[in-house]
Amino acid sequence: MLLIRCPYCEEERPELEFRNAGEAHIARSANMAGESDDDFEKFFFIRSNPKGIIYERWRHMHGCARFFNAVRDTVTDKFVMTYKAGEPKPSKLPGVGK
Amino acid sequence: MSGAFRIPGAGRFKQAKTARFSFDGQSYTGIEGDTLASALLANGVHLVGRSFKYHRPRGILSAGAEEPNALVEIKRDAARKTPNVRATVQELYDGLDAQSQNRWPSLSFDLGAVSDIASPLLSAGFYYKTFMWPKAAWKSLYEPKIRAAAGLGVSPDQPDPDHYSSRYAHCDVLVLGGGAAGIAAALAAAETGVRVILADEQAEFGGSLRFESGAKIDGQDGFAWAQAAVAKLAAMDNVRVLSRTTAFGYYAQNFVALVERVSDHLKAPGHDLARERLWQVRAKRVVLASGAIERHMVFADNDRPGIMLAGAARTYLNHYGVAVGRNVGVYTANDSAYAAAIDLKKAGVNVAAIVDLRDNPTGPVIDEARALGIEVNFGRAVIRAGGKLRVSSMTVQPKNGGGERTIPVDAILMSAGWTPSVHLFSQSRGKVAFNDETKRFVPGTYAQDCVSVGACNGTDGLSATVDEAYAAGAKAAKDAGAKTAKGNKPKVDASESWSRGMLGAAPGAGPDTTVKAFVDFQNDVTAKDIRQAVHEGMRSIEHVKRFTTNGMATDQGKTSNMHGLAIAAEMLGKPIPEVGLTTFRAPYTPVTFGAIVSHARGPLFDPTRRTAIHPWAEAQGAVFEDVGQWKRAWYFPKAGEDMHAAVDRECVAVRKTAGLFDASTLGKIEVVGPDAAKFMELLYTNPWEKLEPGRCRYGIMLREDGFIYDDGVVGRLAPDRFHVTTTTGGAPRVMNHMEDYLQTEFPHLNVWLTSITEQWAVIAVQGPKSRDIIAPLVEGIDMSDEGLPHMSVREGKICGVPTRLFRMSFTGERGFEVNVPADYGQAVWEALWAEGQKHGAAAYGTEAMHVLRAEKGYIIVGQDTDGTVTPNDAGLDWAVGKKKADFVGIRGMARPDLVAKGRKQLVGLKTKDPKVVLEEGAQIVEDPKQAIPMKMIGHVTSSYWSENCGRSIALALVAGGRDRMGDTLYVPMPNGVIEVEVTGMVFFDETGGRLNG
Repeated sequence: MLLIRCPYCEEERPELEFRNAGEAHIARSANMAGESDDDFEKFFFIRSNPKGIIYERWRHMHGCARFFNAVRDTVTDKFVMTYKAGEPKPSKLPGVGK
Repeated sequence: MSGAFRIPGAGRFKQAKTARFSFDGQSYTGIEGDTLASALLANGVHLVGRSFKYHRPRGILSAGAEEPNALVEIKRDAARKTPNVRATVQELYDGLDAQSQNRWPSLSFDLGAVSDIASPLLSAGFYYKTFMWPKAAWKSLYEPKIRAAAGLGVSPDQPDPDHYSSRYAHCDVLVLGGGAAGIAAALAAAETGVRVILADEQAEFGGSLRFESGAKIDGQDGFAWAQAAVAKLAAMDNVRVLSRTTAFGYYAQNFVALVERVSDHLKAPGHDLARERLWQVRAKRVVLASGAIERHMVFADNDRPGIMLAGAARTYLNHYGVAVGRNVGVYTANDSAYAAAIDLKKAGVNVAAIVDLRDNPTGPVIDEARALGIEVNFGRAVIRAGGKLRVSSMTVQPKNGGGERTIPVDAILMSAGWTPSVHLFSQSRGKVAFNDETKRFVPGTYAQDCVSVGACNGTDGLSATVDEAYAAGAKAAKDAGAKTAKGNKPKVDASESWSRGMLGAAPGAGPDTTVKAFVDFQNDVTAKDIRQAVHEGMRSIEHVKRFTTNGMATDQGKTSNMHGLAIAAEMLGKPIPEVGLTTFRAPYTPVTFGAIVSHARGPLFDPTRRTAIHPWAEAQGAVFEDVGQWKRAWYFPKAGEDMHAAVDRECVAVRKTAGLFDASTLGKIEVVGPDAAKFMELLYTNPWEKLEPGRCRYGIMLREDGFIYDDGVVGRLAPDRFHVTTTTGGAPRVMNHMEDYLQTEFPHLNVWLTSITEQWAVIAVQGPKSRDIIAPLVEGIDMSDEGLPHMSVREGKICGVPTRLFRMSFTGERGFEVNVPADYGQAVWEALWAEGQKHGAAAYGTEAMHVLRAEKGYIIVGQDTDGTVTPNDAGLDWAVGKKKADFVGIRGMARPDLVAKGRKQLVGLKTKDPKVVLEEGAQIVEDPKQAIPMKMIGHVTSSYWSENCGRSIALALVAGGRDRMGDTLYVPMPNGVIEVEVTGMVFFDETGGRLNG
């Protein structure tokens, strides 16, 4: 069972309190109705599924109930960092790429 | 005397109590503190089981958790029968009842042993090769027969009456293994004041100090030191000491699962005591001190009862005071077996000969053995063992060939060396490294915050082990945040040390293909099988393992893996590390389902949700159905009524007079804030800005892909306040969906969401008389059609308590939904019920509710839709705001496939024979005479007998359905084809006049 740091509670809590909510940094268009079929496909269906670093959304379901973003390594299953929803994708990751 | 083989003065049980026990119906006496294995050996019993495949007689190989052979059934009563218990782990209690397994009619005469004679037919890969054809016979014939013939114990056939407990724990330093290394590490960590947990699988701490007669620490006998040190640790506030506790799984971020055997060793555990306790421990640092496991020698008939590991024989002598024979032979490839021979000789047991495969080893133990007059042979091999139910001799030959000599013995002690127990390290995702010099895998690259110490780290010698472990314990504490250290390192005064040994098959393992030199005792895998696997093309150790099943039994190859690997490597002509080690997986030893499940079974498996009105429904004799976690009243049968009659009566009553229905399980969410209407516009297809406060609207929620996700009636209580209802099952996901958009896509909107499902009880009163029933109890609400028209909501009082009173209908009749605070739910229900009785109203359940709404063509999301249905497919285009610029699903709904012709659309179906009720889920075809497989054009989603319509009714998803009005379609069923006519979805009161009464 993983420990996940909630950036709102500022605490590491057990995985049981959280729920994964899919890949992060996929913005919904401000002009949704005007999106082309291709753009909608990219937005709704296409996900990166990387081997290595993934940016994903989690919700502290049984805690503060906030959605936030996390960086996780899909190979080691380790959480590299977490940050609040709406914050930009971090440009530097602690402990990665050394 | 507790057994003829108990040696007076030997062992650690002074003035111990005796314990009676039985094995296969025969009574014996042992001593409290014995394991079942030591008690049996004390009575001269070596034959304890039959092997998995060949039904060969088997004895006790080890004195610990690695035991592959001595598996028995322990029976407490009819329901408490535990199969496959290792006799070497089971502690003796007075009255213990054990049975041998996998034999018929008896242990000493087992008919299944014909498979030993037929064994050339049963070699590696046998199952894969022999029973391929005919395929159908596998399930009906081969598998049941093989399962009956091969195998271990028998599963209990009654529910487990024991209870199990579960605990979470946190600590700074978790020490796994309570031998000299674990104790030293725990002492060092504990002395700094950090929180320490020390766990060991045995009843007593000490590990190999149990048998090492030569160990002296801090001036005491090693085992006595261990007891004193653990007593000291147990007395410290910051230390938790867990004996009989096996760490079986090492998971991410130093999360370790352990199982504590709480009462399996007790004669009569009270029911207040759990049988086992699961510990889930999160540790800042983990110290692995899991020791090493001795390997056997691989030679012909090395599985005869009486042949065992040398360290085990030494444990039985030095700890339990039991001699494993009167005239023992020793077969070894390393020094440690000499120590066993020396101890047995000193205790008065004759040691017939030591056979050492090495050419010219030197050292103090060899000198000592010789000085004691033991015959020592170098460069020789035991090429076979004699005897069947018990070993009777060993045949010795120079290892490069030559004359044979047969020596009579009643036990053979063997040691091929010691394998570091890297199981937990490997489970932690650490990578092992092969030490070419000592021929063993030791921890290499660490993946987690842990450290290995002592024998499991390849460290030889007690002194070096204690030094390493003490330093590692202190460092682990420091890394976990300890500030000060103020302890004294234990001083090792005398120690034993050995390493090396051999891997793979000894000369006595063949090449003769009829020789049975066992590598894996539990799965009956021989050296020949491993060789054959390589011959047949297996190259990877993972393939060799699966083809031969080497290491795949419940002991997970604790004694066999390295031998199997070495034989495969030799055959492949590759160095061992290139062939690779198989992956270690949890659990380290078998774990009961009870320990894992703990209390989460029966009524505690899942929460049960009951409405405020549940007790009333129960008292009325309602039959309940499960809807998610809810218990919902399904129907209310009167005396003599079956379900059908009750539902018919309830449906008719609603349309004739009125009915009361408990709708409390409906999901309810309050959407509040200055931007509440804007938020609703984005989350639902409908327009909301212009909905007047006090009015309601049926809303549809889509996912971004354009498919229907949920629906429900929404009341606007105020410009900034909406009372949203959802489906019963959909409430949590709708709330999650709303929160997701509010928090991440539309965070600029000033809105709060609150789940109010549990806060409001909901009583639906539906039917022509509904207003007459409610009105007398209501205060402050104009109940006229003008004051409270269809699809409106008012706040006021009913029976003196607050209510949100909705005028709405899921039946097509004039209807109301009375929301009251849940605590008043039953009281208000009872008041309404009393009023209803004056008008002949009935209580109705979910089945009648389903029929009534189907009569009106109202859909149920999740029944008439399945996640691939758009509003247009469901005939709900009218509920999609045409002028809206955005809502969730607006773009997905416009995808080419979702607007294409020929999509499945919801329609009504009427059977040509009105008495025939279709089956829900039944498939629909255009031409029933076409060849099978037929082209299916849709399926039935809802189907009922409608007493109000006097016929059956159904809803269905049919390709291009709305263009097929009046067409005849067909529903092929096993008993014939049913003809149906495609109709509109409304079967009753098509104009909707009854809504306004």
